[in-house]
Amino acid sequence: MLKTLSDLVPNVFLAMLLAAAAIMAFATVNALFLVWLERKVSARMQRRYGPTVVGPFGMFQTLVDVVKLLSKQLISPKDIDKPLYHLAPIVVFVPVVLGLSLFPIDKSFALVDTNVGLVLVFAFAGMGFIAIFMAGWGSNNKYALLGAMRAVAQNIAYEIPLILAALAVTMIARSMRIADIVEAQGSFPYILVQPIGALIYYISAVAETNRAPFDIPEAESELVAGFHTEYSGMRFALFFLAEYTNMVIVSMVATSLFLGGYKGPLLPGPVWFFGKVYFLIFVMLWLRWTFPRLRFDQLMTFAWKVLIPLALANLLVTATVLKVMS
Amino acid sequence: MTSDLHKPGAALAAGTSADPWATPPADPDGETYYLNMGPQHPSMHGVLRLLLELRGEEIVKCEPIIGYAHRAHEKMAENRNYMMFLPNTSRVDYLSGMIYNIAYCQAVEKMLAIEVPERAEHIRVIVCELNRVSSHLLWFGTFLLDLGGITPFLYSFDDREQILSILDRVTGSRLTYCYGRFGGVTEDVDKKFLDETTAFLARLRGRMAEYHALVTDNVIFRSRCEGVGVIDRETAIEYGVTGPTLRAAGVPYDVRRAEPYGIYDRFEFDIPTASGADNLARYYVRVAEMEQSMRIIEQAIAKIPDGPIMPEKALKRFKPDVGEHYFAVESARGQFGIYIVSDGSDVPFRIKLRTPSFSNLACMPDVLRGTMVADTIAILGSIDIVLPEVDR
Repeated sequence: MLKTLSDLVPNVFLAMLLAAAAIMAFATVNALFLVWLERKVSARMQRRYGPTVVGPFGMFQTLVDVVKLLSKQLISPKDIDKPLYHLAPIVVFVPVVLGLSLFPIDKSFALVDTNVGLVLVFAFAGMGFIAIFMAGWGSNNKYALLGAMRAVAQNIAYEIPLILAALAVTMIARSMRIADIVEAQGSFPYILVQPIGALIYYISAVAETNRAPFDIPEAESELVAGFHTEYSGMRFALFFLAEYTNMVIVSMVATSLFLGGYKGPLLPGPVWFFGKVYFLIFVMLWLRWTFPRLRFDQLMTFAWKVLIPLALANLLVTATVLKVMS
Repeated sequence: MTSDLHKPGAALAAGTSADPWATPPADPDGETYYLNMGPQHPSMHGVLRLLLELRGEEIVKCEPIIGYAHRAHEKMAENRNYMMFLPNTSRVDYLSGMIYNIAYCQAVEKMLAIEVPERAEHIRVIVCELNRVSSHLLWFGTFLLDLGGITPFLYSFDDREQILSILDRVTGSRLTYCYGRFGGVTEDVDKKFLDETTAFLARLRGRMAEYHALVTDNVIFRSRCEGVGVIDRETAIEYGVTGPTLRAAGVPYDVRRAEPYGIYDRFEFDIPTASGADNLARYYVRVAEMEQSMRIIEQAIAKIPDGPIMPEKALKRFKPDVGEHYFAVESARGQFGIYIVSDGSDVPFRIKLRTPSFSNLACMPDVLRGTMVADTIAILGSIDIVLPEVDR
């Protein structure tokens, strides 16, 4: 039986407090770890060492960097749109953190369990782009504006195949509750049933997180830093934190929908769950440090002319097969 | 149009559309806006400023604004004697400093009709071609960086580092060499230098296969390069574009072959050309040129004779006859010309440096019109400009 935090803790406020603390702690530690991992992985791919000085294998380097970011002056450029500019780092961060709470990490435990879990995840993910556009619009900077426009166009384009791929899975599992979807994958994961769907989902997910080779909104060599050009110190760190947490969320969705979530032989559920999640993240790092960046129009062409028709066809075939089999 | 930009305050404010000093927009409907790219921009090659007029992400008009790295090398030449100008030469283009340094020596030698010993000539060819390979390797890395691929950059810098170490042992500098002297070179090379160079060539051959696997056949790389930034034959010739950019347009012009200088007429090598005239063609030409440079180095190492590296009587102070002299070499970026006017004193009356990057950059407004912002950096990267060389 799946237990949630409110089942385990009788007081509802205490449960909320605990959940918030747990999620924040996970999001922060995870981002610290991922930044370190990214540095190490990229360094190894580039025949370098990466951080080695602070802590074992340089693991505390990111912690020290956070101290630096916290101590930096927050610079606000001239003529900004103040509410948008100041709210954007918070708006980008909050939904991403909320999304983390929805995944069952073991057969018997999830922080929150609702029957529309999958819808909520995509809804929270969709809110992030509003924040990115707020940042780009409010910064009074043309690079930021260009980056924000690209981000919105890209995310609208890639959200469609993403959701279409997920929809095919919910049709097979006959549920939008993430725990049910995981349970429905009996002895074999859905990636075997839905190989094309899994591929479409993963490509779109990399694009959704604005990671290379789809890092068009912040394309360093063209747009300086894209939508977060004018953000410094901890405001910038919040964007950074959101990006890395987003990577975890899309990987958690992929793990739950296609890789059988916490299921696996011998080892306990959470180990399998996080093992799969971090493997998917590693593949993202691998992609980033291998490929050059696509151009904006090529990216859009790829989404609208390749991924979306393919995802629709996949959905249609899935529906037909389900109907015939029933 | 350009003159407006030089009014006071224009440089600071031209990026904003409300600016009264800004150039009149090419599109009067108000659908366009300005973007000031550079001089401070993470991937601008040096301090180039591009004033772009954009419609969405499409470039309507582009105006390169140069002069941010002007160091008055030509003026400095008029205030010091011929020998004292030597260290300046490698600083004009710090990425192929050796070629420039030797070229200046060769120009003065031509003016004074000095014979260069055989061994010195061979050494010059080896170090110049090594320098060309190192310049192309740097281009390879930064071009991929412009396209968003970070890893190849570090690979190629690893290889380039080997060249810098090899040259450092002989010349004493890693980048701004002052190795040439009128009549020869400063230091003789030893067997270790030749062995290291041979070993490096073997290593680079292996690495080139790796580069091709990682980059040349990459789908994203190709889609970013094919048909992008076409500088066709006519445009290239009109603007005086030289070097790999011209050869990528199908014109087999290389100063080493067209007007052989030094002992280049004794070596076997091909002039790689391509027909696409786009980013990919320029990529192919440069990669092929590295192979050709390696061929030249190997022949020079095989043939290098023993003997002196300077003429018996080295020149220090001299007064050339009144006259004008022009001497051109093929640098890593194209035709580098030195025009010396002598008034009979020991100080040059005027030295004019014809730098390839300046001409190559001049065609930018034509080439960039109608392309996307994202391609701007890619096209600039593929042309391989060095801004200090443009400004001098």
